[in-house]
Amino acid sequence: MAGQQRVYRQRIRSTQSLKKIFRAMELIAASRIGKARARVTASTPYARALTRAVSAVATHSDIAHPLTTERRDTNRVAVLVATSDRGMAGAYSASAIREAEKLVDQLVAEGKEVVLFLTGRRAVSYYTFRGREIAQSWVGQSDAPTYDVAEDIADTLLARFLAPSDEGGVAELHIVFTQFVNMVTQVPRVIRMLPLEVVEGVAPASKAEALPLYDFEPSPEDVLDALLPRYVRSRIYSCLLQAGASELAARQRAMHTATENAEDLIRDYTRLANQARQAEITQEISEIVSGADALAS
Amino acid sequence: MAQLDVDLVAADRKIWSGQASMVSAPASEGEIGILPGHSPVLAVLRAGEVRITPVSGAGIRGTIDGGFLSVDHDRVTIVADAVSMTAGASTR
Repeated sequence: MAGQQRVYRQRIRSTQSLKKIFRAMELIAASRIGKARARVTASTPYARALTRAVSAVATHSDIAHPLTTERRDTNRVAVLVATSDRGMAGAYSASAIREAEKLVDQLVAEGKEVVLFLTGRRAVSYYTFRGREIAQSWVGQSDAPTYDVAEDIADTLLARFLAPSDEGGVAELHIVFTQFVNMVTQVPRVIRMLPLEVVEGVAPASKAEALPLYDFEPSPEDVLDALLPRYVRSRIYSCLLQAGASELAARQRAMHTATENAEDLIRDYTRLANQARQAEITQEISEIVSGADALAS
Repeated sequence: MAQLDVDLVAADRKIWSGQASMVSAPASEGEIGILPGHSPVLAVLRAGEVRITPVSGAGIRGTIDGGFLSVDHDRVTIVADAVSMTAGASTR
């Protein structure tokens, strides 16, 4: 009987130390999420300026650019999946991967060949374990991506998109990431990045203020050449930032739940331990009493 | 007198924003200077130095490594991939 009590005490102690770890991780995620959201905000002026400029060019000239035209010479498509480097974030990575798998199935059903690009160790380990081929992966800074990484990813994917089909060129680029709506809602989303559809984000020109007639320096083609890759880079950067913020929010929530579960467990074990102690005392008393009875009779 | 509304933004943050009387930037085919009332322009920038003369205070200089510049209705937006300020911006 005394053994029972000791087991409960041990469990309470280990759950208590787990609870401390969960609490610490929750606080760390909570403090980092502020920074992640600040980064998302800080990157918006750049994105807005680019979107304005791209829509200005698009409304003034319809110039066919390789990045905006559909490719028909290959059925290969690239999919970029943004997940986290570490677990402990609830269903965050799992739901991004599930969304990616759905997309891949759909693309395969359309007769396309999927080339996988991954960010985050969770996705890498998921696909490596299943023996799937990974074209390239980036790991190490899923919760605080820098612009350099986004640039590297974008340049790799743009090079793939512009490459001829016999050198591994792809006809489309899809991105699976988790959109940060607010602290409690993060939605896995799929967007088709390439070929670009510039209609999105084109501000409806109000009648009073027509879009100005721009001079292009040196020429519309060169301006578009400089703008579009930057636009893609900035979109990918913003996807990564959103994914990072979502990861931290998911982690904070998961760790909060874990802390509460640990508290519940501690309460249950404390009750069981008390019960065991009481049972032991009751048994001892009845042993003594029956012993005394046996002597008296 | 008319003034320019200037925004200097890098990929990950806004560097400087305010009123200025003159902006000059390294366009791909030579230096471009913007004064109030300039016609709308979208120009590609190469690596070089951006100089902003604010309405009040000392001039601002920054080295950029490429980007583009847009002007319309006296709103100047300089978008650069990376900017390192050489003078002026740290004081504000």
